[in-house]
Amino acid sequence: MTDHALQLQGEPEDHSHSHPSQAVYIRIALFLTIVTAIEVAIWYIEWFHDSGALVPSLAILSIAKFVTVVGYFMHLKFDDHRYRYTFASGLILAISIVTALVILMRTHKIEYGLRLISGSN
Amino acid sequence: MAQAVATLEHAHGAGDVGHEAEHADHPHSSTGLDSRKLLMWLFLASDCMFFGSLIAMYMIYRGDAERMFLSGQGSGPLANEILDIPYTSISAFVLLMSSLTMVLALASIQRGNQRGLRVWLGATALLGTVFLGGQFFEFSSFHEEGLGLTTNIFGSSFFTLTGFHGAHVTIGVFWLISLVIVSLRGGVRQDQALNVEIAGLYWHFVDIVWIIIFTLVYLIPYDKVATVHHEAEQGFRLIGLG
Repeated sequence: MTDHALQLQGEPEDHSHSHPSQAVYIRIALFLTIVTAIEVAIWYIEWFHDSGALVPSLAILSIAKFVTVVGYFMHLKFDDHRYRYTFASGLILAISIVTALVILMRTHKIEYGLRLISGSN
Repeated sequence: MAQAVATLEHAHGAGDVGHEAEHADHPHSSTGLDSRKLLMWLFLASDCMFFGSLIAMYMIYRGDAERMFLSGQGSGPLANEILDIPYTSISAFVLLMSSLTMVLALASIQRGNQRGLRVWLGATALLGTVFLGGQFFEFSSFHEEGLGLTTNIFGSSFFTLTGFHGAHVTIGVFWLISLVIVSLRGGVRQDQALNVEIAGLYWHFVDIVWIIIFTLVYLIPYDKVATVHHEAEQGFRLIGLG
Protein backbone atom coordinates (compact mmCIF):
# COMPACT_ATOMS: atom_id res chain seq x y z
CA MET A 1 0.00 0.00 0.00
CA THR A 2 1.39 3.41 -0.86
CA ASP A 3 2.15 6.13 1.68
CA HIS A 4 -0.56 8.24 0.08
CA ALA A 5 -3.13 5.49 0.55
CA LEU A 6 -1.99 5.02 4.15
CA GLN A 7 -2.37 8.73 4.76
CA LEU A 8 -5.91 8.66 3.39
CA GLN A 9 -6.80 5.86 5.76
CA GLY A 10 -5.35 7.85 8.66
CA GLU A 11 -6.59 11.13 10.05
CA PRO A 12 -9.65 12.88 8.66
CA GLU A 13 -8.64 15.53 6.14
CA ASP A 14 -9.01 19.21 6.91
CA HIS A 15 -8.29 20.24 3.31
CA SER A 16 -6.24 23.05 4.80
CA HIS A 17 -2.62 22.00 5.17
CA SER A 18 -0.59 24.37 3.06
CA HIS A 19 1.72 25.13 5.99
CA PRO A 20 4.78 27.39 5.64
CA SER A 21 8.28 26.01 5.21
CA GLN A 22 10.88 25.77 8.00
CA ALA A 23 12.65 28.85 6.63
CA VAL A 24 9.43 30.85 7.00
CA TYR A 25 9.03 29.63 10.59
CA ILE A 26 12.59 30.74 11.41
CA ARG A 27 11.96 34.16 9.84
CA ILE A 28 8.78 34.49 11.93
CA ALA A 29 10.71 33.59 15.11
CA LEU A 30 13.30 36.23 14.19
CA PHE A 31 10.51 38.79 13.73
CA LEU A 32 9.04 37.88 17.13
CA THR A 33 12.46 38.23 18.77
CA ILE A 34 13.01 41.66 17.21
CA VAL A 35 9.55 42.85 18.29
CA THR A 36 10.23 41.65 21.86
CA ALA A 37 13.57 43.49 21.84
CA ILE A 38 11.79 46.66 20.64
CA GLU A 39 9.22 46.30 23.44
CA VAL A 40 11.97 46.12 26.06
CA ALA A 41 13.96 48.93 24.41
CA ILE A 42 11.06 51.39 24.40
CA TRP A 43 10.40 50.56 28.06
CA TYR A 44 13.85 52.02 28.81
CA ILE A 45 13.31 55.18 26.73
CA GLU A 46 12.03 57.90 29.05
CA TRP A 47 10.29 59.78 26.22
CA PHE A 48 7.76 56.95 25.80
CA HIS A 49 6.88 57.16 29.52
CA ASP A 50 6.62 60.97 29.57
CA SER A 51 4.69 61.38 26.33
CA GLY A 52 2.11 58.70 27.14
CA ALA A 53 3.11 56.77 24.03
CA LEU A 54 4.34 53.75 26.00
CA VAL A 55 1.04 51.95 26.55
CA PRO A 56 -0.27 52.33 22.94
CA SER A 57 3.14 51.30 21.53
CA LEU A 58 3.34 48.22 23.76
CA ALA A 59 -0.26 47.32 22.92
CA ILE A 60 0.40 47.49 19.16
CA LEU A 61 3.60 45.45 19.43
CA SER A 62 2.07 42.73 21.63
CA ILE A 63 -0.99 42.48 19.35
CA ALA A 64 1.39 42.07 16.38
CA LYS A 65 3.17 39.21 18.21
CA PHE A 66 -0.12 37.62 19.26
CA VAL A 67 -1.55 37.69 15.71
CA THR A 68 1.70 36.35 14.22
CA VAL A 69 1.86 33.35 16.59
CA VAL A 70 -1.84 32.55 16.17
CA GLY A 71 -1.76 33.02 12.40
CA TYR A 72 1.46 31.21 11.51
CA PHE A 73 2.55 28.94 14.39
CA MET A 74 -1.03 27.87 15.21
CA HIS A 75 -1.85 27.82 11.47
CA LEU A 76 -5.12 29.73 11.80
CA LYS A 77 -4.19 31.72 8.70
CA PHE A 78 -4.12 28.51 6.68
CA ASP A 79 -6.70 26.31 8.45
CA ASP A 80 -10.44 26.06 8.00
CA HIS A 81 -12.13 29.38 8.82
CA ARG A 82 -14.43 27.64 11.33
CA TYR A 83 -11.45 27.10 13.68
CA ARG A 84 -10.80 30.84 13.39
CA TYR A 85 -14.39 31.70 14.34
CA THR A 86 -14.29 29.25 17.27
CA PHE A 87 -11.16 30.86 18.72
CA ALA A 88 -12.26 34.41 17.89
CA SER A 89 -15.54 33.92 19.76
CA GLY A 90 -13.69 32.98 22.96
CA LEU A 91 -11.20 35.79 22.47
CA ILE A 92 -13.94 38.40 21.96
CA LEU A 93 -15.72 37.16 25.10
CA ALA A 94 -12.43 37.34 27.03
CA ILE A 95 -11.78 40.94 25.87
CA SER A 96 -15.38 41.82 26.83
CA ILE A 97 -14.87 40.29 30.30
CA VAL A 98 -11.66 42.29 30.85
CA THR A 99 -13.25 45.54 29.62
CA ALA A 100 -16.44 45.06 31.65
CA LEU A 101 -14.61 44.15 34.87
CA VAL A 102 -12.13 47.02 34.61
CA ILE A 103 -14.92 49.57 33.93
CA LEU A 104 -17.06 48.09 36.72
CA MET A 105 -14.28 48.19 39.29
CA ARG A 106 -13.22 51.70 38.30
CA THR A 107 -16.75 53.08 38.68
CA HIS A 108 -17.63 51.07 41.82
CA LYS A 109 -14.57 51.15 44.07
CA ILE A 110 -13.82 48.21 46.34
CA GLU A 111 -13.69 48.85 50.07
CA TYR A 112 -10.66 47.15 51.59
CA GLY A 113 -11.42 46.85 55.30
CA LEU A 114 -13.16 49.97 56.55
CA ARG A 115 -11.41 52.56 54.39
CA LEU A 116 -11.90 53.37 50.72
CA ILE A 117 -8.83 52.85 48.58
CA SER A 118 -9.06 56.42 47.29
CA GLY A 119 -8.15 57.61 50.79
CA SER A 120 -11.49 59.27 51.58
CA ASN A 121 -12.60 57.69 54.86
CA MET B 1 -6.92 -5.94 -0.27
CA ALA B 2 -10.51 -4.77 -0.67
CA GLN B 3 -9.75 -1.94 1.72
CA ALA B 4 -6.70 -0.96 -0.29
CA VAL B 5 -8.75 -0.91 -3.51
CA ALA B 6 -11.43 1.16 -1.81
CA THR B 7 -8.82 3.60 -0.54
CA LEU B 8 -7.26 3.95 -3.96
CA GLU B 9 -10.70 4.56 -5.45
CA HIS B 10 -11.20 7.29 -2.87
CA ALA B 11 -7.82 8.71 -3.79
CA HIS B 12 -8.96 9.05 -7.38
CA GLY B 13 -12.22 10.68 -6.36
CA ALA B 14 -14.36 7.59 -6.87
CA GLY B 15 -16.53 8.65 -3.95
CA ASP B 16 -18.86 6.52 -1.87
CA VAL B 17 -16.94 3.25 -1.58
CA GLY B 18 -13.76 5.07 -0.51
CA HIS B 19 -15.62 7.19 2.00
CA GLU B 20 -17.21 4.10 3.57
CA ALA B 21 -13.79 2.49 3.98
CA GLU B 22 -12.46 5.64 5.59
CA HIS B 23 -15.46 5.98 7.89
CA ALA B 24 -15.10 2.38 9.03
CA ASP B 25 -11.65 3.15 10.45
CA HIS B 26 -12.06 6.79 11.50
CA PRO B 27 -15.51 8.18 12.24
CA HIS B 28 -15.67 11.57 10.48
CA SER B 29 -17.63 14.49 11.89
CA SER B 30 -20.53 15.91 9.90
CA THR B 31 -18.69 19.24 9.70
CA GLY B 32 -15.74 17.73 7.83
CA LEU B 33 -13.46 19.01 10.60
CA ASP B 34 -11.49 16.80 12.92
CA SER B 35 -13.40 16.66 16.19
CA ARG B 36 -10.27 16.50 18.35
CA LYS B 37 -8.79 19.61 16.78
CA LEU B 38 -12.11 21.45 17.03
CA LEU B 39 -12.34 20.42 20.69
CA MET B 40 -8.86 21.79 21.33
CA TRP B 41 -9.81 25.12 19.72
CA LEU B 42 -12.96 25.20 21.88
CA PHE B 43 -10.86 24.53 24.97
CA LEU B 44 -8.43 27.30 24.00
CA ALA B 45 -11.37 29.68 23.44
CA SER B 46 -12.65 28.88 26.95
CA ASP B 47 -9.12 29.25 28.37
CA CYS B 48 -9.03 32.76 26.84
CA MET B 49 -11.94 33.65 29.12
CA PHE B 50 -10.19 32.05 32.11
CA PHE B 51 -7.02 34.06 31.57
CA GLY B 52 -9.09 37.14 30.63
CA SER B 53 -10.67 37.04 34.10
CA LEU B 54 -7.28 36.62 35.80
CA ILE B 55 -5.76 39.46 33.76
CA ALA B 56 -8.71 41.76 34.59
CA MET B 57 -8.31 40.88 38.28
CA TYR B 58 -4.59 41.68 38.09
CA MET B 59 -5.16 45.03 36.33
CA ILE B 60 -7.73 46.10 38.94
CA TYR B 61 -5.83 44.91 42.01
CA ARG B 62 -2.44 46.19 40.92
CA GLY B 63 -3.85 49.67 40.30
CA ASP B 64 -5.61 49.51 43.68
CA ALA B 65 -2.40 48.35 45.39
CA GLU B 66 -0.53 51.37 43.98
CA ARG B 67 -3.29 53.76 45.14
CA MET B 68 -3.45 52.14 48.59
CA PHE B 69 0.30 52.69 48.87
CA LEU B 70 -0.05 56.36 47.85
CA SER B 71 -2.78 56.75 50.49
CA GLY B 72 -0.47 55.27 53.14
CA GLN B 73 -2.52 52.08 53.52
CA GLY B 74 -0.43 49.61 51.57
CA SER B 75 2.24 47.24 52.77
CA GLY B 76 4.95 45.13 51.23
CA PRO B 77 6.91 45.63 48.01
CA LEU B 78 5.04 46.84 44.93
CA ALA B 79 5.47 45.90 41.28
CA ASN B 80 7.76 48.79 40.29
CA GLU B 81 10.11 47.92 43.18
CA ILE B 82 10.33 44.22 42.51
CA LEU B 83 9.77 43.29 38.85
CA ASP B 84 12.96 42.55 36.92
CA ILE B 85 12.41 43.47 33.26
CA PRO B 86 15.74 42.20 31.77
CA TYR B 87 15.32 38.84 33.53
CA THR B 88 11.72 38.40 32.41
CA SER B 89 12.65 39.47 28.85
CA ILE B 90 14.95 36.45 28.67
CA SER B 91 12.12 34.21 29.93
CA ALA B 92 9.83 35.66 27.24
CA PHE B 93 12.51 34.98 24.61
CA VAL B 94 12.91 31.37 25.84
CA LEU B 95 9.15 30.76 25.53
CA LEU B 96 9.05 32.35 22.06
CA MET B 97 11.87 30.07 20.93
CA SER B 98 9.99 27.07 22.33
CA SER B 99 7.14 27.96 19.97
CA LEU B 100 9.62 27.80 17.08
CA THR B 101 10.94 24.38 18.13
CA MET B 102 7.34 23.14 18.56
CA VAL B 103 6.37 24.15 15.05
CA LEU B 104 9.58 22.55 13.71
CA ALA B 105 8.61 19.31 15.50
CA LEU B 106 5.25 19.37 13.70
CA ALA B 107 6.93 20.10 10.36
CA SER B 108 9.27 17.13 10.97
CA ILE B 109 6.52 14.58 11.61
CA GLN B 110 4.49 15.90 8.67
CA ARG B 111 7.50 14.96 6.50
CA GLY B 112 7.84 11.60 8.28
CA ASN B 113 11.06 12.59 10.06
CA GLN B 114 10.84 10.70 13.38
CA ARG B 115 14.26 11.78 14.63
CA GLY B 116 13.50 15.43 13.88
CA LEU B 117 10.22 15.08 15.76
CA ARG B 118 11.93 13.75 18.87
CA VAL B 119 14.77 16.31 18.75
CA TRP B 120 12.45 19.31 18.39
CA LEU B 121 9.90 18.01 20.90
CA GLY B 122 12.75 17.42 23.37
CA ALA B 123 14.06 20.93 22.71
CA THR B 124 10.58 22.39 23.30
CA ALA B 125 10.21 20.49 26.59
CA LEU B 126 13.70 21.64 27.62
CA LEU B 127 12.93 25.30 26.86
CA GLY B 128 9.64 24.95 28.75
CA THR B 129 11.54 23.55 31.72
CA VAL B 130 14.03 26.44 31.54
CA PHE B 131 11.10 28.87 31.59
CA LEU B 132 9.61 27.09 34.63
CA GLY B 133 13.00 27.14 36.37
CA GLY B 134 13.20 30.87 35.72
CA GLN B 135 9.72 31.37 37.15
CA PHE B 136 10.61 29.34 40.25
CA PHE B 137 13.73 31.49 40.76
CA GLU B 138 11.67 34.68 40.27
CA PHE B 139 9.04 33.55 42.80
CA SER B 140 11.78 32.60 45.30
CA SER B 141 13.54 35.97 44.98
CA PHE B 142 10.20 37.81 45.41
CA HIS B 143 9.55 35.78 48.54
CA GLU B 144 12.98 36.70 49.89
CA GLU B 145 12.22 40.37 49.23
CA GLY B 146 9.04 40.08 51.29
CA LEU B 147 6.35 39.57 48.65
CA GLY B 148 4.14 36.55 49.28
CA LEU B 149 0.71 35.42 48.16
CA THR B 150 -0.94 37.22 51.09
CA THR B 151 1.39 40.22 51.53
CA ASN B 152 -0.81 42.63 49.56
CA ILE B 153 -3.35 42.55 46.72
CA PHE B 154 -0.58 43.00 44.13
CA GLY B 155 1.14 39.85 45.44
CA SER B 156 -2.13 37.87 45.47
CA SER B 157 -3.08 38.81 41.91
CA PHE B 158 0.47 38.48 40.55
CA PHE B 159 1.11 35.00 41.96
CA THR B 160 -2.36 33.80 40.96
CA LEU B 161 -2.03 34.96 37.34
CA THR B 162 1.57 33.90 36.71
CA GLY B 163 1.12 30.75 38.82
CA PHE B 164 -1.78 29.54 36.69
CA HIS B 165 0.26 30.26 33.57
CA GLY B 166 3.13 28.27 35.06
CA ALA B 167 0.72 25.40 35.76
CA HIS B 168 -0.30 25.45 32.09
CA VAL B 169 3.37 25.35 31.03
CA THR B 170 3.98 22.41 33.41
CA ILE B 171 1.09 20.44 31.87
CA GLY B 172 2.50 21.28 28.43
CA VAL B 173 5.98 20.01 29.37
CA PHE B 174 4.52 16.70 30.63
CA TRP B 175 2.47 16.41 27.43
CA LEU B 176 5.57 16.98 25.26
CA ILE B 177 7.66 14.47 27.25
CA SER B 178 4.89 11.87 26.91
CA LEU B 179 4.84 12.49 23.14
CA VAL B 180 8.61 11.91 22.98
CA ILE B 181 8.19 8.63 24.91
CA VAL B 182 5.32 7.50 22.66
CA SER B 183 7.42 8.45 19.61
CA LEU B 184 10.37 6.38 20.90
CA ARG B 185 8.01 3.39 21.05
CA GLY B 186 7.00 4.04 17.45
CA GLY B 187 3.58 5.38 18.37
CA VAL B 188 3.64 8.65 16.41
CA ARG B 189 3.49 7.94 12.67
CA GLN B 190 3.43 10.47 9.86
CA ASP B 191 -0.33 9.93 9.42
CA GLN B 192 -0.80 10.74 13.12
CA ALA B 193 0.77 14.20 12.89
CA LEU B 194 -2.50 15.65 14.18
CA ASN B 195 -1.61 14.37 17.67
CA VAL B 196 1.49 16.57 17.56
CA GLU B 197 -0.46 19.47 16.03
CA ILE B 198 -2.99 19.43 18.90
CA ALA B 199 -0.19 19.44 21.50
CA GLY B 200 1.38 22.28 19.51
CA LEU B 201 -1.85 24.32 19.61
CA TYR B 202 -1.84 24.05 23.40
CA TRP B 203 1.83 25.00 23.60
CA HIS B 204 1.48 28.02 21.31
CA PHE B 205 -1.52 29.15 23.35
CA VAL B 206 0.65 29.13 26.49
CA ASP B 207 3.09 31.30 24.52
CA ILE B 208 0.47 33.86 23.43
CA VAL B 209 -0.83 34.12 27.00
CA TRP B 210 2.74 34.98 28.06
CA ILE B 211 2.94 37.62 25.32
CA ILE B 212 -0.04 39.35 26.95
CA ILE B 213 1.21 38.79 30.53
CA PHE B 214 4.67 40.12 29.67
CA THR B 215 3.17 43.38 28.39
CA LEU B 216 0.40 43.87 30.96
CA VAL B 217 2.18 42.61 34.06
CA TYR B 218 5.81 43.56 33.49
CA LEU B 219 6.08 46.38 30.96
CA ILE B 220 3.11 48.68 31.61
CA PRO B 221 4.01 51.00 34.52
CA TYR B 222 0.94 51.14 36.76
CA ASP B 223 2.59 53.47 39.27
CA LYS B 224 2.39 56.44 36.87
CA VAL B 225 -1.18 55.51 35.94
CA ALA B 226 -2.04 55.31 39.66
CA THR B 227 -0.29 58.63 40.41
CA VAL B 228 -2.19 60.42 37.63
CA HIS B 229 -5.45 58.86 38.86
CA HIS B 230 -4.71 59.83 42.47
CA GLU B 231 -3.80 63.41 41.55
CA ALA B 232 -6.96 63.69 39.47
CA GLU B 233 -9.07 62.48 42.40
CA GLN B 234 -7.42 64.99 44.75
CA GLY B 235 -8.03 67.74 42.19
CA PHE B 236 -11.71 66.81 41.94
CA ARG B 237 -11.98 66.81 45.73
CA LEU B 238 -10.41 70.30 45.94
CA ILE B 239 -12.99 71.78 43.60
CA GLY B 240 -15.80 69.98 45.38
CA LEU B 241 -16.47 67.26 42.78
CA GLY B 242 -14.77 64.37 44.57
